[in-house]
Amino acid sequence: MAKKILLDKINIPGIKSYEVYRQNGGYASVEKAIKTMTPDAITEEVKASGLRGRGGAGFPMGLKWSFIDKKSGKPRHLVCNADESEPGTFKDRYLMEHIPHLLIEGMITSSYALGANLSYIYIRGEYMWVYKIIERAIKEAYAAGWLGKNILGSDYSLDLHVHCGAGAYICGEETALIESLEGKRGNPRIKPPFPAVSGLWGNPTVVNNVESISNVPWIVNNSGEEFAKIGLGRSTGTKLISASGHIKKPGVYEIELGITVDEFINSEEYCGGMIDDRPIKALIPGGSSVPILPAHLIYKTAEGEDRLMTYESLSEGGFATGSMMGSGGFIVYNDTACIVRNTWNFAKFYAHESCGQCSPCREGTGWMEKVLYRIETGHGTSEDIDLLWDIQRKIEGNTICPLGDAAAWPVAAAIRHFREEFEYHIQFPEKVKNRNHFVDEPFESIKHLVTK
Amino acid sequence: MKVIIDGHEIEVEPGTTILQAARMMGGPSVPPAMCYYSKLEDTGGNCRACLVEVSKGSDADERPMPKLMASCKTTVMDGMEVKNLSSPRVMEARKAVTEFLLINHPLDCPVCDQAGECDLQNLSYQHGKELTRFKEEKRTFEPENIGDKIQLHMNRCILCYRCVKTAEQITDGRVHGVCGRGDHAQISTYITAAIDNDFSGNVIDVCPVGALTDKTFRFKSRVWFNKPFNAHRDCDKCCGKTTLWMFGDEIQRVTARKDVYHEVEEFICNECRFDHKDTADWVVEGPRKFEKFSVINQNNYTRKLDTVVIDTEKQILKGRDQDRVKISMTNVPFKEEESKK
Repeated sequence: MAKKILLDKINIPGIKSYEVYRQNGGYASVEKAIKTMTPDAITEEVKASGLRGRGGAGFPMGLKWSFIDKKSGKPRHLVCNADESEPGTFKDRYLMEHIPHLLIEGMITSSYALGANLSYIYIRGEYMWVYKIIERAIKEAYAAGWLGKNILGSDYSLDLHVHCGAGAYICGEETALIESLEGKRGNPRIKPPFPAVSGLWGNPTVVNNVESISNVPWIVNNSGEEFAKIGLGRSTGTKLISASGHIKKPGVYEIELGITVDEFINSEEYCGGMIDDRPIKALIPGGSSVPILPAHLIYKTAEGEDRLMTYESLSEGGFATGSMMGSGGFIVYNDTACIVRNTWNFAKFYAHESCGQCSPCREGTGWMEKVLYRIETGHGTSEDIDLLWDIQRKIEGNTICPLGDAAAWPVAAAIRHFREEFEYHIQFPEKVKNRNHFVDEPFESIKHLVTK
Repeated sequence: MKVIIDGHEIEVEPGTTILQAARMMGGPSVPPAMCYYSKLEDTGGNCRACLVEVSKGSDADERPMPKLMASCKTTVMDGMEVKNLSSPRVMEARKAVTEFLLINHPLDCPVCDQAGECDLQNLSYQHGKELTRFKEEKRTFEPENIGDKIQLHMNRCILCYRCVKTAEQITDGRVHGVCGRGDHAQISTYITAAIDNDFSGNVIDVCPVGALTDKTFRFKSRVWFNKPFNAHRDCDKCCGKTTLWMFGDEIQRVTARKDVYHEVEEFICNECRFDHKDTADWVVEGPRKFEKFSVINQNNYTRKLDTVVIDTEKQILKGRDQDRVKISMTNVPFKEEESKK
């Protein structure tokens, strides 16, 4: 069995409750940190661990912590980003639902490292029941003396609040999250200034993903060096992958970074192979925002090397032949899936979730959605593919926040790798009007009909 | 601090944005701004019309910035080199932004009171395409009545947030805002309440398009048939310095005075704007100068005009002279390009 850091104790009955969690070695990292370590020593450990942010961008967490402005004398905040809304990603929910105290332990240790006395967990509105679980766990932690004034008799105090969002994908962007937490409309801010200098209420703030923070207790307990031994190269540690789609065993898996994609999809330990043993058609390795990979680029990179589950290997080849680790929303498609419909579905999501602040994203996402809907329902014209390409190119990089890019990339990759399918939709409008067109006749069997 | 914009060098104070530096320099290199408003705080960054390329970050760090930067929000660094007109990337992005802003815009300029002094019109003339690639139905909103002084045409709105910031910073209380998100975000009072607090009329002046117009001026005249005069009156609420838009002796509209970037110089109160439409209330200073190529200036009202004779009746009954000659005299042929039509 592979090394488990986050899900090690997930199967212990009652681990949700404080008593069981404490009996199984919970909150040891808080004891160790507050009694024996200085805040800077913890930051150094996290730096040494090479832990990369698990929210999507993969930015080294220790580095992010070291950017926080400690000189200004303003109060500092740690905000946990639990606004997990990326289609295909559900790992944070699993963690918070089943082992909420791990997150709270991580929050206390991390807040101590950053010198934050007021920290927040921002959870998405759709996770109302998880919100209640976290709130109960926080109450238990307060009652046991892990939160509040003078934790463990030291002079360190911490208040932790959980705040419920109102159901907006954009509030997962860190500055929009901060705006929302301040009680405003969740519009992303223009950077700079970065949150590390001026975040929540103008104070230095660090925003970290649930999974990143949940890794901190293990790093404090076992040292960053141990953590760096797990994984491969610059992708250290383990990662939660939310596997879904046409696989036999969908679910949340903790993997050691560095296993092959082939092993992850086909081994019995993880996804267990393709459902009905149909051929694989496409893979989205990191949530809806990352480029889709066609069958020939899933197990092997363009250079012919094995594709590994690491940040580097998944992005091997850039956007032309690679993708991204993203948030670990691993979506597998077999040959009955329609890429155009899937792309339209994503485009619809982004059009719905765009905050409407800046013009390219507001107008462009809606436009792409309309064009894709036309193609999917058999009303597309031959210029539409080039039009789509042009729209996505003009959104990408011209917006305030990464949502514009996230909306553009899946469309770009779908056209890049599956252009023939788009052409099929345009050339055979009568066939695609049947929603199950590729279930009845998979694209491979009718590919020859498409004329160039 | 030294900054180079399109090859021209200028010294500016630290903390100046690229757009401000370009405006200090003047000339064609000034990026257009649809949402930034120098008289208000915390505006800009939304419309992306002012994107520029920073080809050299600063003397200390010479690397170019990978993305195009919103010039209204990017502060200059010493030795920064900025490309605006000289960068094909910027021109393409600006064309793209113009296209994005226009796909859902109703293009009802012929019946829009803003036409002639509309920033979106200017932007489109400069960077727009003649053809649209947008085949779908345009987004529309339910009409909303926001009081008897201000007319809201949500369909024309480009969501620049200027009116929201004005209401927040100039008036005694904001009662409207942006509701919804994505391309269905809209300026609204949410419960269809009237916007009637003092100074709220300034939202009309800051609106770059015809989304917020003056109800007391609605459909009265095209702006280019009006003659603007600077005038002032003693007002205990505001500066009292305005522009009167006259048609003969009638004051059809009162606005604040706007500078070359169509930003008001000083905000005025609702009383000056809406309630004093009698010339006796004002001390008229004289005609207002306008940009040479603005449509309003085509009026040429400061110059003596030749009398224009239009024989409408004759032309309707008999047709234009040149056509009549051709029809009655077969030896005067139609030109070839005319016969093709």
